[in-house]
Amino acid sequence: MSVTYIDAIRAAQEKLLREDERVFLYGQDIGVFGGAFKATKGLAAMFPGRVFDSPIAEDAMIGLAVGAAIEGLRPIVEMQFADFSAIAFNQIVNQAATHFYRTGVPIPITVRLPSGGTPGSGPFHSQNMEGIYAQYPGLIVLTPATVADAYHMLIDGVALDDPVIYCEHKFLYRWLKAKTINNEHLPIGQARIARPGKHATVVAYSAMVHEAVRAADRLQADGWEIEVVDLRSVKPLDLDTILASVARTGRLLALGEAFPWGGVTAEVVARVSEHGFHLLDAPPQRLNSRDTPIPYHPKLWASHRPTPESICEALRQLLSF
Amino acid sequence: MRLQARPASFYAPPVPTLDPPASTEKFALDRTFLRSAFQSMLLARILENKLSSLYKAGKIVGGVYLGRGQEAVSAALGTALIQGTDVFGPLIRDQAGRSAFGESLIDCTRTYLGSALGPMRGRDGNVHRGRPLAGMPAMISHLGAQIALISGILFAKRLKGQLEGVVGATCIGDGGTSTGAFHEALNLSGVERLPLVVVVTNNQFAYSTPNDRQFGCGDLVERARGYGFRGWSVDGTDLLACSTVVGEAVRQARHGGGPQMIVAQLLRLAGHGEHDDGFYVPEALRAGHYGQDCIEVAMRQLVANGITSGDEIRLWQEQFAADVQRAVAQAQQEAPPDPYREDWTALSTRFPINQ
Repeated sequence: MSVTYIDAIRAAQEKLLREDERVFLYGQDIGVFGGAFKATKGLAAMFPGRVFDSPIAEDAMIGLAVGAAIEGLRPIVEMQFADFSAIAFNQIVNQAATHFYRTGVPIPITVRLPSGGTPGSGPFHSQNMEGIYAQYPGLIVLTPATVADAYHMLIDGVALDDPVIYCEHKFLYRWLKAKTINNEHLPIGQARIARPGKHATVVAYSAMVHEAVRAADRLQADGWEIEVVDLRSVKPLDLDTILASVARTGRLLALGEAFPWGGVTAEVVARVSEHGFHLLDAPPQRLNSRDTPIPYHPKLWASHRPTPESICEALRQLLSF
Repeated sequence: MRLQARPASFYAPPVPTLDPPASTEKFALDRTFLRSAFQSMLLARILENKLSSLYKAGKIVGGVYLGRGQEAVSAALGTALIQGTDVFGPLIRDQAGRSAFGESLIDCTRTYLGSALGPMRGRDGNVHRGRPLAGMPAMISHLGAQIALISGILFAKRLKGQLEGVVGATCIGDGGTSTGAFHEALNLSGVERLPLVVVVTNNQFAYSTPNDRQFGCGDLVERARGYGFRGWSVDGTDLLACSTVVGEAVRQARHGGGPQMIVAQLLRLAGHGEHDDGFYVPEALRAGHYGQDCIEVAMRQLVANGITSGDEIRLWQEQFAADVQRAVAQAQQEAPPDPYREDWTALSTRFPINQ
């Protein structure tokens, strides 16, 4: 018996519905159908009147959630795909994110974004929005990479009083398995050393953590010991853990699946350069997707995002400096 | 470039009709309601005239947006709602509704004048103020966005078993009805069958853009049916008509009648903001039926029906002017926000580590 990443997301929502009467779920096809990815399978039957099929109205879905949060509830809104949260962008960044600062009334909503590419999903079902949302003040942006984090960070995220953008990676949904959900977990805001090493640091998050570990395993054959930092949350950003790792290795590669202009990897490089310039033995590097829309064909898609091969290449260059 | 003037007939709004006809003779003659609504109109007008003067004297932080000409429908709504029970999401031109719903003068003057003691503490200004936990959320500028928020509050009250007898209401202008957020929220509210009242105040111009460049349907009330709302039309310059129609729509929402949409026809008797002289409003429209001042209309109506008298109105005017003066003076004496004491964090969560 094993638990997948999406099992963990479903289990977390079941636990939240069971233990916290303030929680309800709102999203497209999440009721009887159980969601496009079955993240809410069976929950509508288990918790009558607390799991709602919404109309296709992403803006109004978040507006409704903000109102419900003012009224003391803790809505979890499922976007069918992260890409469609573009329609809800205004309610997320202008309504939810500004509310506490403006009025002193916090907005504890959780927006689940099925993120990232899978082969054949194309330009509008593959996007990574974490960098966009992290840019706005007033949001917490979570990017779990493990089964245990998918579970605990959703539960811990719902417990926070602020709006949480929970980026769950679709590629990990069924591919990533664990024997059980480990109860030990770090608090939100703290990064994790996914793989210890001493020659270079890869800072990654979400599905890219696993690609980074694969690349590190390959380089091990050549004697390189690569450290992989899993950010877990991109906002807040755990700069202490990043700097401590860079202090050990002297070399940084910031790795992300999102588009290359700006974003999380640029933020990591900028902050390390600002606060840890003296720790660096080589110019900090970034590796992101290519600067095009995400292509549909699996062959194009596989070279659009960073792969173990391209990560190895970037690391070899970094190590040769 | 000046906008081309069009013949008055082009702008003439359709003759207001009540749909469905309200059997509200009793309601219309509710002296307490009408006196209360009129007082809110008068207070709002006196307050806004003062705000306009302060703006022109350079005393206001940011812009000033007046509800002049829109007081009757706004006050009727605020008066029909019950503070402490209902939820009211006012928009840009709802000073009268805010006052009727119970917002204090000092909340308004502190926000406009930038006092750190106001509800927005200098972090937001002018009409973007509210007290969300007291049933009056603070609007954002993006039109249509408040509708789903009000619906969310009602939705949550339903989940908590506290919706019985509660109404949520919000307002929007003719321009705001063009947004996707308006469409999404009305559709969603229709799906959820919430006790929501949306007042669309068609003041003929969205900033400077006339109705014929704003929507393609003949009358905005036609949209109500498409969203599963009950639609009402009213002459927004007529306090008796507004009180009747708004009162009845709120009553129906409160008693299980589902979502209601009221379209009030009127003319904005000010610019979009006080920086705008409204040169684009044709003279014929100003001189027409909807150019009449709803306060003057209400005064005549109430005096003719023996609901108040000219002497009493003069007493109210003096009292409200003094109240406004006091609220302005107090806010002006208060300290502005201090950037060195501001905590500069947008989150209520305090993370132990470097963010």
